[in-house]
Amino acid sequence: MLGKTAGGLFWMFRYLERSENTARLVEAGFRIGLTRPDGSDDEWLSVLQTASVAGLYTAAHGEVEASKAIDFLLRDVGNPSSVLTAISSARQNARLVRTALTREVWEAVNDSYMILKQTLARPVRTRDLPEVLATIRQQSALVRGALHGTMLRNDVFDFARIGTFLERADNTARILDVKYYVLLPSLSQIGSSLDNVQWETILRSVAGQRAYRWINQGESSPVGIADFLIFDGRMPRSLKFSTSKIATNLNYLVGEYGERHPCHDQIDVLNARLEKTTVENVFEDGLHEFITDFLADISRLGAQIEQDYRFLG
Amino acid sequence: MTQDLNFFDEMLGNGDGPRPPYTSYDGWFHAEDIRELRKKSLEAEAFFRRTGITFNVYGASDADERLIPFDIVPRIISAREWTRLTKGIEQRVRAINAFLYDIYHRQEIIRAGRVPADLISRNDAFLPQMIGMAPPGGVYTHIVGIDLVRTGEDDFFVLEDNARTPSGVSYMLENRETMLQMFPELFSSIKIRQVSDYPLNLRRSLGACVPPNAEGCTVAVLTPGIHNSAYFEHAFLADHMGVELVEGGDLRVVDGKIAMRTTRGYKAIDVLYRRVDDDYLDPLNFNADSMLGVPGIMDVYRAGGITIANAPGTGIADDKAIYSYMPDIVEFYTGEKAILQNVPTWRCSEPDALAYVLDNLSDLVVKEVHGSGGYGMLVGPAASKKELAAFRAKLLARPGNYIAQPTLALSTVPILTQKGLAPRHVDLRPFVLVSPNEINITPGGLTRVALKKGSLVVNSSQGGGTKDTWVLEE
Repeated sequence: MLGKTAGGLFWMFRYLERSENTARLVEAGFRIGLTRPDGSDDEWLSVLQTASVAGLYTAAHGEVEASKAIDFLLRDVGNPSSVLTAISSARQNARLVRTALTREVWEAVNDSYMILKQTLARPVRTRDLPEVLATIRQQSALVRGALHGTMLRNDVFDFARIGTFLERADNTARILDVKYYVLLPSLSQIGSSLDNVQWETILRSVAGQRAYRWINQGESSPVGIADFLIFDGRMPRSLKFSTSKIATNLNYLVGEYGERHPCHDQIDVLNARLEKTTVENVFEDGLHEFITDFLADISRLGAQIEQDYRFLG
Repeated sequence: MTQDLNFFDEMLGNGDGPRPPYTSYDGWFHAEDIRELRKKSLEAEAFFRRTGITFNVYGASDADERLIPFDIVPRIISAREWTRLTKGIEQRVRAINAFLYDIYHRQEIIRAGRVPADLISRNDAFLPQMIGMAPPGGVYTHIVGIDLVRTGEDDFFVLEDNARTPSGVSYMLENRETMLQMFPELFSSIKIRQVSDYPLNLRRSLGACVPPNAEGCTVAVLTPGIHNSAYFEHAFLADHMGVELVEGGDLRVVDGKIAMRTTRGYKAIDVLYRRVDDDYLDPLNFNADSMLGVPGIMDVYRAGGITIANAPGTGIADDKAIYSYMPDIVEFYTGEKAILQNVPTWRCSEPDALAYVLDNLSDLVVKEVHGSGGYGMLVGPAASKKELAAFRAKLLARPGNYIAQPTLALSTVPILTQKGLAPRHVDLRPFVLVSPNEINITPGGLTRVALKKGSLVVNSSQGGGTKDTWVLEE
């Protein structure tokens, strides 16, 4: 496979995952806003920070307002992580790697792009927001379904999956960080009903609230939720699940190509560390510090994969 | 359908019922509900958009891709008509290859006084780098598109030869695919020759032209990139041949071969089907600013390390000034009269011809010698006084840059409109594959149709559409 094609697949699936995750973030922000007693728009600043676009937003719009933030996250072409930009970039990459995709996958991406482009052609009214967000998630699921149902399990598939899980690990980590660092309530609020509502919202934003309840018999606690989102290998959006998937697909490449690269050592080190760490250790050393380190590792891993598989030359 | 008797209609002929090739289709059509057919027509458009069969328009303000309109009424050619056409096409393509070999070697045709030396030596499409170079397998034009027009029952003319990088074959294939999906019953009742093996034939044909230093038979398609107007086609062909689609940035010279950067290091390519123009192919040998090509590819080519399809320098054969000599060229190399007629052509570089063209401008079609895609041409009968005056000035300033032809009474084939069937002018581009062993012509080709009533310009960049083209089994 061409290095460029591997890179195109990797980014196509990163962007697809990102479009879904941005929609989930908007949903989380929207929910928090609905349950907030004081009616301020503070949560949107944290949502923008989670998506790493707060600076861009402020430069373009100044004061954070709910409606502007939602528009910025969903539709702004100047925002590289907006749903519209992400799905356009995903499709652009899909065109680039057209020869590596089945007709079904290509059509699913192209359909998603056409549908979302139309859905997001105008600002979304608040009352339509839940439906629009659902559409975005559904489109993402369609592409994933086409990928699973029609693609050969070879290096093409591996690069698609590596992109997906790298992006997902990055996103789940950021979502956790928002809650614990940015939304960090004053000590008196910990354990309050507001605090719990916000944690619930975090779970909801990763589609994990019901799974969590099943596992924890309905009891929810911040430590329990962090444990779930970081360490539970059964939860498909947890950090551990994502990094173990990256390892699996990177190892398939070792099998197919017969070559190990520095990126394989990096992912092994990262997984070994996750294996040794407990949620108690994380909270002792600070969740924010843990996540900052994790994000740096993920970013380094992405760059190493790019180099090892010659995405750019 | 109302018929304009000044034009030959391929479905209705002289007006006394459908011509024989269309009999079955005509019967089917009249048993169909026209509203259903219109609905099918919309479905076809959605199908094309989903599949991403689009082209990018140069100079369009929005960067979005457009669809080439597709008409659901097929253009039908009988087995007898097709046999005659293929003989003519094969003869012409052999002559073009012989001509290319000759002008890059001994130039017998110039010595014999059949083609003026100036026309070659002063032609931008003539590549001195190709002099004395024999391409692998002796093939210059691996892929050729011969544009044909028709004016009557037995009157076919070659409008132009496309010997550089003819495009449109993906539309031929997708048009058929669309028709098969929409009207499967037609294909069981009418026996139509298949076109779907074109990508396999292309791969086989390219594979038969490996260079002397080939290590294997690795084929790749070189595209200028995702923003090129024909990107869809480049990706389509690579995909259907099962070969890599590469850009200049993926390639470099490694150990005397052109190699592509893969996830496992550089891999040598033996045959490169390039969809990049000569000028951009090699910044070391041609346009130094080109980012689209591969530095040093010409040196590898000359050393026998790679086959470039089509060979560099083939553009000299589809130059419109050369075109006017094609009947002589065919006769010179094949020893036979040309089976397919040329359209009478005035070379404006010749004073007598120029005078005639200027006197009859409003009846003629004037084309730029190096133009393509319907850009920069004048259709006299359709032009305003102002346009005629402007063109007159251009002709006087650079007569050698133009040729003129009579306005042909192009045949019509019906399209489906809001008011039912209506005749529209068409042309035909059959696709020809040349390998050392054989010349393979896909039955049919791409029928382009001018969708605007009365229009004679079929180019997609100028509002043209396409039709599925059927060649009937014997």
